[in-house]
Order: sequence, then structure tokens, then C-alpha cells
Amino acid sequence: MAILTLAGKSLWSRRLTSALVVLAIALSVTLLLGVERLRTQARASFANTLSGTDLIVGARGGPINLLLYSVFRIGDPTNNVNWTSYRTLAAHPQVAWTVPLSLGDSHRGFRVLGTSRDYFQHYRYGRNQPLRLAEGREFEDVFDAVLGAEVADRLGYRLDQSIVIAHGAGEVSFALHDDKPFRVVGVLARTGTPVDQTMHVSLEGIEAIHVDWRGGAPVPGMRLSAEQVRQLDLTPKTITAFLVGLKSKTAIFRLQREINEFSAEPLLAILPGLTLQQLWDLMGLAENALLVVSGLVVLVGLTVMLAALLTGLNERRREMAILRAVGARPGQIFALVLGESLTLALAGAALGVLLLQGALLLAGPALQARLGLAIAGWPPSGHELALLAGVLGCGALAGLFPAWRAYRYSVADGMTIRI
Amino acid sequence: MTKAPAVEADAIPAIAIGGLRFRWRPDRPWVLDIPAFALAAGERLFLAGPSGSGKSTLLALIAGIHRTTEGRVAVLGADLTSLSGSARDRLRADRLGVIFQMFNLLPYLSVLENVTLPCRFSAARRARAIVPTGSVQAEARRLLAHLGLDDPGLERRTAAELSVGQQQRVAAARALIGRPELIIADEPTSALDADRRLDFVELLRRECESADAALLFVSHDRSLAGHFDRVAELPALNAAPFAG
Repeated sequence: MAILTLAGKSLWSRRLTSALVVLAIALSVTLLLGVERLRTQARASFANTLSGTDLIVGARGGPINLLLYSVFRIGDPTNNVNWTSYRTLAAHPQVAWTVPLSLGDSHRGFRVLGTSRDYFQHYRYGRNQPLRLAEGREFEDVFDAVLGAEVADRLGYRLDQSIVIAHGAGEVSFALHDDKPFRVVGVLARTGTPVDQTMHVSLEGIEAIHVDWRGGAPVPGMRLSAEQVRQLDLTPKTITAFLVGLKSKTAIFRLQREINEFSAEPLLAILPGLTLQQLWDLMGLAENALLVVSGLVVLVGLTVMLAALLTGLNERRREMAILRAVGARPGQIFALVLGESLTLALAGAALGVLLLQGALLLAGPALQARLGLAIAGWPPSGHELALLAGVLGCGALAGLFPAWRAYRYSVADGMTIRI
Repeated sequence: MTKAPAVEADAIPAIAIGGLRFRWRPDRPWVLDIPAFALAAGERLFLAGPSGSGKSTLLALIAGIHRTTEGRVAVLGADLTSLSGSARDRLRADRLGVIFQMFNLLPYLSVLENVTLPCRFSAARRARAIVPTGSVQAEARRLLAHLGLDDPGLERRTAAELSVGQQQRVAAARALIGRPELIIADEPTSALDADRRLDFVELLRRECESADAALLFVSHDRSLAGHFDRVAELPALNAAPFAG
């Protein structure tokens, strides 16, 4: 006990150096825990993007590609699914519900999704949570639009806002469907998933803005007004993909095989959970590399501590001799220096945790908005506590070396004061 | 100033050395070869020795930092040659006070904390320090006042802010706290001005007397010898040809 008080006073007398060491350890701990927090929460939020859907069906291609464009609105489909194929499979006796998805247009960088009203009923995220309207209603008219929370927030759109959809998915587009504007009728509550960054319209709406287009451009001399379009049959010819819910989970693999062997056109059915896992494994390498790098940064922080303690030690041989003279055992000298390391590591770890909380408090809203990542602050997870314990363990291990040196000095020097 | 040691014949001597021989390694020459040396309980001895006469080695043996295998070194009745390292550390913490030539104080402790430092390492010392005045701090203040350091602002200062003379007096207070039975002073005046030396020696001698502590005062400055009960010459005691 006497020794720990002395260690504290000794550190305080070198408070500038001690503070810098604590800061170095704290920053490295902040980085380590921050990476860990981001990693686990990104994984959780990733896995929470879609739930309740048994199969996703699209044109034959890569399963990860299908998952990316249908759920995450990343990339483009290689091919479409014929409406007749969709209707055939939707009528399958094992199928409880389907949600058609039609992609390809955008509004100021946000993807526009053509779908049916079943989307609002059957799309689930997180732990089987349904979509909820924050204001307004679902789309009914051909030119009605329902916005994701982030679209409405970022663009400052309210109900009854008039919107022009652009052809293609770029942030800036030169081909605008400006003759057929849409009207915002509803805004969805925030979900923390790509739904927030999506503008939803009916399949008929998507069809309507493309009836007078062929091959990605308006047909010259064939402009139809919005009113004229309403009179046409707006049943789509193709869709991009569709979500399937089954009556019984036991039928999943049987139906998946049936769809994959569908004779009318080449289709692909994937299990979203399984493909999410595959996708995450793909990213696992980068994720682990990040964790290793932040672990190395902690080692750098502890090396700074080691350097500071070892540098001070030679000047402190006099102090060791005095302590020996008043009756300190060599073991107590050892404990004094080890106690200093532990105090520094502990203070660094504690400050690191506080810094991370502060950073999350400041950056949390931005992360939520930009990446749809909801990063919770307190409390640290069990794994993070294990990492912290690891940092302290490494701190103690690093402290053993200067402590051992001090022990050797105190045995060799005894009460002889060496300067 | 000199007077006969007030010691009963059967009292346990502070130091009793017999047939002591010491060398650092078996292949090196003997550094110390002292057939007999004794310091009576409560006796104040001036041990004169030029540097290189084996002084520091002898003090390290008496303080129990090092141990010899040849001969007998008994301090306050305990045979150091048969005690373990931690038992020797305990003996030093409980019953010895040590004053160095200079740099006696821990720079990161206040004057008061430096004086009470031995009480952190020895419960026995702490218990004895509390007896006269009720607390360790009060006892430290009493000793400081006795040594002419009763400025109340002084005790909160750090060691680095004191003059060398003040530092040595703080060191003396630290050596004396908790009434150790033996004080070892290794050239404690060599860093002081000539007129400060006499003051310091007189203060130290007087405090040892009132605490009834034996004093082993090692110095090469013979002008101080008159303040002690007895004077001994280390070169005369030590039969080893090469020392230091």
C-alpha cells in the first residue's frame, strides 16, 4: 500500500511525461475499441437489414450480386425477371407472399424502387420489425411516392413535394423523367437500413415513366402526358427481383431448387441469411486487418510507456538506494516500478474508454446519417472488456522489464548512491 | 564535550564484529579483514577512514545490504550472517537510521513525507514514532524543530527547494524518527560548509543522545572527532591489504 502511494507521487512528480504516456495509451485504446465497436455494430446492423424473407429471386448471376442490388441497392442487375415468370412463381402453392422489386432509376443520388403495396406489409428488418410510416400514407396513385427517412431528411422534403425522377442511378443525370413528376404522399420512419435511402413508388409508376422510352432514351415525337399514360395498361413487362415468403420454412430448399431449375428463364433464388454471411466473410479479411492494425497501435502506446519508464530509471537509482536504506525490500522496489506501469496503463485505458464515449457522442449522428450505422455508446461489450483486460495485461507485462531492471539495480547498488 | 559511554556491561552491543572477512568474488582479494570491532549500545563513535579504506563496504555489511560468509556481524543482537535478505531488510527498516553524504531525500515527496518515509516501511517504527506526540506527523515536526527546521512553510516544500544543509538536517530527522537504536552516518557533512559542519554534528550527536541511539559516524574530517565518545581508525581495524 505504501508502495502504491509512492508510485502515484513519483508519477505525479513527472506529470508531463506521465500525461503524455497516458495520452498515447488512451488514443491507442480509443482506436482499438472504436474499431471493435464499429466492426461488431456494422455486422449487427448488416445482418439486421432484412428479416422474415425466405428467398430472394432474380435473374441468374452471382448470389452476392443479387443480394447487393436487391437489398443494399448497390450495383446493377445483369438481367431482369419476366413478369409472367414472377406471376407463375407468386402463385406457387408453397408461397405465402411475394414483393416485386424494380430498380434502375434514381432521384438526386437516391435509388428509386418500384414495388407493390405488399412491400409495406411484408418487408421486415432487425428482429422482424415491420416498416412504419412516420407521416402520410402508402402510395395509391401511379405518381405517388413514399420516401425513406434519410431521403426526406437530407433533401428536406415534406408531404406534397413534387419530385422528378432521373433515369439511371448516378448522382447527376442528364436524362430526366421531367414530364411526369411524382408527389410525396408518405415518409417512412427511420430503420437504419438501406430502406432509409430509398424512394418508393408503385410498379405502375416505373412503367408509366418508361412507356414512351426505348433503350434508355425518350422516343422522339412520342411524348405522352401523365394523363394520357394513366389510360394505358401499366402492368410491367419485367421486374428486377422479388422477395418470397413461404407458408412453411421446411419448403425453403425444395422451392429454391425448383426456382433454380425454372424452365421458362434462368433464375436464381438465394437464402438472404446465408448470402449475408458469405458477403460478411468476404469482408472479414479487411475487418481483421483493421483489428490487427489497431492492436499494433496499442503496442506502440505501451512501447512509449516502456521507453519513458526505462529512460527515467537510470536517473532514479539514487531514489532506489534511499528506499533501500529506509528498509524497502528489493521486491518492494520491483512493485514500485511495476505499480507505475499499471497505473499508467490503467489511466490510459480509462481515458481511452472516455474518449471513445465522447467521440461516439459527437460522431454518432453523422455515422447514423451517412452509413445508416447505429453505434451504441455505453456499456462496453464483454469482448471489449476482454480487449481492455488484454491491454492492461500487456501493460503489466511491459512493466515487468523496467521493474526487473530496478530490482537488479537495487540489489547491486544497495545503499550506494550512484549518480 | 567527550564523556564516558553510559553503558551497562551486560547490555547488548549495537554492533559486534568478530573475525570478519569479505571479498566481492572468490577470485578477488579481501576487501575487509576485521578481527574485532564493537560499538556499545548508546555509544557515539567517530570512525575515521580515508576513501578507499573499505568504509562503504563495511557500512553495507552492517546495514545488512550485503552479507559475508566469514566471521560474525551482529547488529543489535541479531547475527546478520545467519539472517535471510528480507529479515535483514526488516531489521534495517525497524531499528536502523541511515544518513548519506548527500541526495538523501526523495525529490517527489515533501519535507514532512520524507521524514516520515521509514514509517511507511516499518510498523514497529511507526508505532514508536506515535508514542511521544500522538501522531507520526507531529513527531516529524518535533524532530524538525529540534534540528532548527521549524518554519511551518518548510515542511510542504519538496526536497529540491532546500539548501544542502537543510537537506542533511531533514535526512537526520528521517534517520531518527521512530527511535531506531543505531544511526549510521556516511560522510554526512562532506557537502556542508565548514561552519555548518560543526552545527550539524552537534545537532546529530545531541539528538542521538536524547533518543538513546548508538551512532556510527564515518568521516575523513578529523576536526569533528572531538564531538564523539570514542574515535576509531578504520585502516587500523582492517587488516586487508587492498580495500575499496
